[in-house]
Amino acid sequence: MGIKVHNPGLATTIQDLGRPGYFHLGIPISGAMDRFAMRAANMLVGNDEGAAGLEAVFMGPELEFTSDCTVAVCGADMPIKLDGEERAGWSSIAVKAGQVLSFDFLKTGARIYIAVSGGITVPEYLGSRSTYAIGALGGVDGRPIAAGDDLPTGGDAGPGDGRGVPENLRRAPGNPAELRVLPGLYWHRITDQAGRNFFEDEWKVAPEADRMGYRFRGGRPMEFVERKQPFGAGSDPSNIVDGCYSYGSIQVPGGTEPIVLHRDAVSGGGYFMLGTVISADMDLIGQLQPHTPSKFVKVDMETALQARRDRHALLDQVRAALD
Amino acid sequence: MATEHIQSPLPGTFYRRPSPEEPPYKSEGDSVAPGDVIGLIEVMKSFHEVKADKAGKVVRFIAENEEAIMAGAPLLEIEV
Repeated sequence: MGIKVHNPGLATTIQDLGRPGYFHLGIPISGAMDRFAMRAANMLVGNDEGAAGLEAVFMGPELEFTSDCTVAVCGADMPIKLDGEERAGWSSIAVKAGQVLSFDFLKTGARIYIAVSGGITVPEYLGSRSTYAIGALGGVDGRPIAAGDDLPTGGDAGPGDGRGVPENLRRAPGNPAELRVLPGLYWHRITDQAGRNFFEDEWKVAPEADRMGYRFRGGRPMEFVERKQPFGAGSDPSNIVDGCYSYGSIQVPGGTEPIVLHRDAVSGGGYFMLGTVISADMDLIGQLQPHTPSKFVKVDMETALQARRDRHALLDQVRAALD
Repeated sequence: MATEHIQSPLPGTFYRRPSPEEPPYKSEGDSVAPGDVIGLIEVMKSFHEVKADKAGKVVRFIAENEEAIMAGAPLLEIEV
């Protein structure tokens, strides 16, 4: 009962919904960058939504299943092949022992989530199987999967073919991607003009963007409100006295390239944060390819909370559709 | 003679040289063998070698040095 890794792809990691509760100790929340897709893939194969699966970025792995199982792939649009035959995404796929799952070139989006019935059952670390590669925690010995790995699975055959997430319930970013932002905590550090520019400008995802943070470039450099830097803050105007960072917070080192902190981010430091991408839109960031045009859209707390409720309602609809 | 494309397996930034001071991996007219490195893709703070999956002779590069590319984008045309 397991998965033999023939080819790992690029930085493919075991992820579940994450490891909350330790950020104050510097251990990030980790977990799938697109948790909606991870949950949907798990539901399709009959797992708990928090079961561990694989997150593959930009390039799919090649995997052999050693027992009969059900597999589902959600998230980015990347042609899926079972023994060379094309299969649909966002759908359950019955797999026989010995069959090989592989992928063609990525079309749109950035990350696919592969769930297998019974889940991947590597040991939990601090309550989660998610891989935090920089800190060498979770997953397979704290690292991305590698060729030759045998991944243990929970091993039931699952529901088989025939389950699908209706197309209108799938979620993917637009082009340009629109990311809603709640300004704060250090919004006051930039000038009114810089604040307007931030929301007016079109940004592009920088190739450096990864699980720690998504960097954007292409907008105008920011001007800061002049001040005498307080004791403990660095000399650059983008520096603050060290503070806590939150998931989704946007720091702009040197006032040039905004970085949205994501699942494997550091938990604190000395860069000002002009705002936070709302929780409802964090999954979308996980599906952005390098160079994707992106806009930041200013919202208030009420809109952010409504968006969160809408996202929960969408998940409920997926649950109902697959029940 | 038929021509074929070598495609990029990844999205990112394409480089034709191992470093700015060095000559390109391949130029027009060079022969290519399976496994030969034909360029680099920069993505997620690392550089990944793109290798040829077939043998032939370089007709032309389709992607420019430092060009932003998508996964599956044709990088060069070879005569097979």
